[in-house]
Amino acid sequence: MFDVFAINRWQYYRELLVQLIIYILVLLVSAVFIWLLFDLTRGGLAHLSWEFLTESPRDAGRAGGIGSILVSTLLILLVALFVAVPLAWTTAALLSEFVPTTSQFGMTVRFSLQVLAGVPSIVFGLFGNAFFSIYLGLGFSILSGGLTLACMLLPILVSTAEAGLRAVPQSYRLSAAALGLSRTATLFQLLLPAAAPTLAAGLLLGIGRAVAETAALLFTSGYVDRMPGSLLDSGRALALHIFDLSMNVPGGDTPAYASALVLVVLLLSINIMAMKLAYGLQRKRIMSV
Amino acid sequence: MNPDQGKAVQTDCECDDAYTLGPLQMGPPCCDPEPVIQVEDLSLQYSGKTALQKVTLDIYRGCITALIGPSGCGKTSFLSAINRLTDLIPACQVDGRIRVDGRDIYDSACNVQALRRQIGMVFQKPAPFPLSIRRNITLPLREHGITQRLTVESITEQVLRDVGLWNEVCDRLDTAALSLSGGQQQRLCIARALALSPQILLMDEPCSALDPIASGVVEDLISRLSGHYTIVIVTHNLAQARRIANYAAFFWVKERAGQLVEFGHCRDIFESPTHELTAAYVNGIRG
Repeated sequence: MFDVFAINRWQYYRELLVQLIIYILVLLVSAVFIWLLFDLTRGGLAHLSWEFLTESPRDAGRAGGIGSILVSTLLILLVALFVAVPLAWTTAALLSEFVPTTSQFGMTVRFSLQVLAGVPSIVFGLFGNAFFSIYLGLGFSILSGGLTLACMLLPILVSTAEAGLRAVPQSYRLSAAALGLSRTATLFQLLLPAAAPTLAAGLLLGIGRAVAETAALLFTSGYVDRMPGSLLDSGRALALHIFDLSMNVPGGDTPAYASALVLVVLLLSINIMAMKLAYGLQRKRIMSV
Repeated sequence: MNPDQGKAVQTDCECDDAYTLGPLQMGPPCCDPEPVIQVEDLSLQYSGKTALQKVTLDIYRGCITALIGPSGCGKTSFLSAINRLTDLIPACQVDGRIRVDGRDIYDSACNVQALRRQIGMVFQKPAPFPLSIRRNITLPLREHGITQRLTVESITEQVLRDVGLWNEVCDRLDTAALSLSGGQQQRLCIARALALSPQILLMDEPCSALDPIASGVVEDLISRLSGHYTIVIVTHNLAQARRIANYAAFFWVKERAGQLVEFGHCRDIFESPTHELTAAYVNGIRG
């Protein structure tokens, strides 16, 4: 008779080995992040202060702070979102609700967005420089930087929003149609609210991308580190500031560390917020509302 | 039109204990068959595969017509063809003609939203919207231009009473519809459909996802609605069909396509079927 208590030794060791390897790999991955955070904190924490966060940089960034840089970053981000979000969400609604999944048009749009998502950001930067800065005459400005970023954000915003809309149960659409609700009413009253957690998560993901962007802004929003007076002024983004301090400014390492720490903390909080929001909204939708 | 709707009813939330089922009266008896839905040669295909072949059938006003038959014989497809819900299914092709009140609903001039307002539908799985109980009923009303607060409130109370849900939920109309039990959700879905005062109700196995008690409540409700509404109900529960239906249509799969085998008075279908397949199915020998 087959002995159920007999332990297959080879199988036992194999299980153990696989588990061990998985744990080590996971630890390695987390170690990279922790080491990065530790290094940034060690190098930059001492330099952080309220003045650093509010003052404009002096002496090419060696002294002063990153106040104007933060303002520029925020303005670039706002321009990008203001343009990209309406475009992306309407595209997503079109793709998921108004165009059959298998239609030629939908496939073409989806394919081009996929290609767009794979384009390196430096290429976006060159495109933005050629199109927004030179052809449209916007020059090196927050506006051309924001518009370039908007192009970059489109794929990620569209794909998350489309996935969110598609995840809404088909029964809502059928019930709504059976009650004679128009497709627009169904979209605005039922589908978009139901997809809100995913839309919010995608939005924050996009914000994270935009805040961390360097290459696309190099040729579009420019290097100027003064406080921007308008959207047509050049403005230096935070990631670009770090790049400049560490590559071009001798003695800029400490402020570079501090700026990087600010950036990473910013990204971290955006990500945590995205997770919390997605989870909270989902829970709220299932439990009540 | 339900003549009782829109009539001023008491709107303050007062939970009386009596199990009121609303002032529905018995409709006209079902002895005068007047066709309201005329289906002619209806064929239905999903991406080229025939689901329903040449069905011709009249559905009579104020009666309950039960569609019975094994799974996959096209009963649900037949139902969704009547309110053109098939439009939502990609690659679904409908041939033939369906006339409601004498007008071809597949005509390009047909206003689909108005049609669906006239033909309510209840699905197999209760599908309330993820909104409050109240909003589930008021949302479709508002979309159809009924916005006056008093009218909306009175209709809400009326239909909730009609489905026997008022006493259970009147003090928590603003809580989530999804917090209701399955049977309550299904009754809310029926109330939601009734709120638009449709002429016809299509029900796709409305009791199959419910426990026997909830199922019994919904079944009672359906029989009470007869006379006021023309009801077409798909059911796998033959006993239920026999209890509530005036007419029955038996579908069967022939050569991988659903076909109508027999249609007639419910009693005749169950007691003296003319077709041997029907006899075998209703007696539980096949199917």
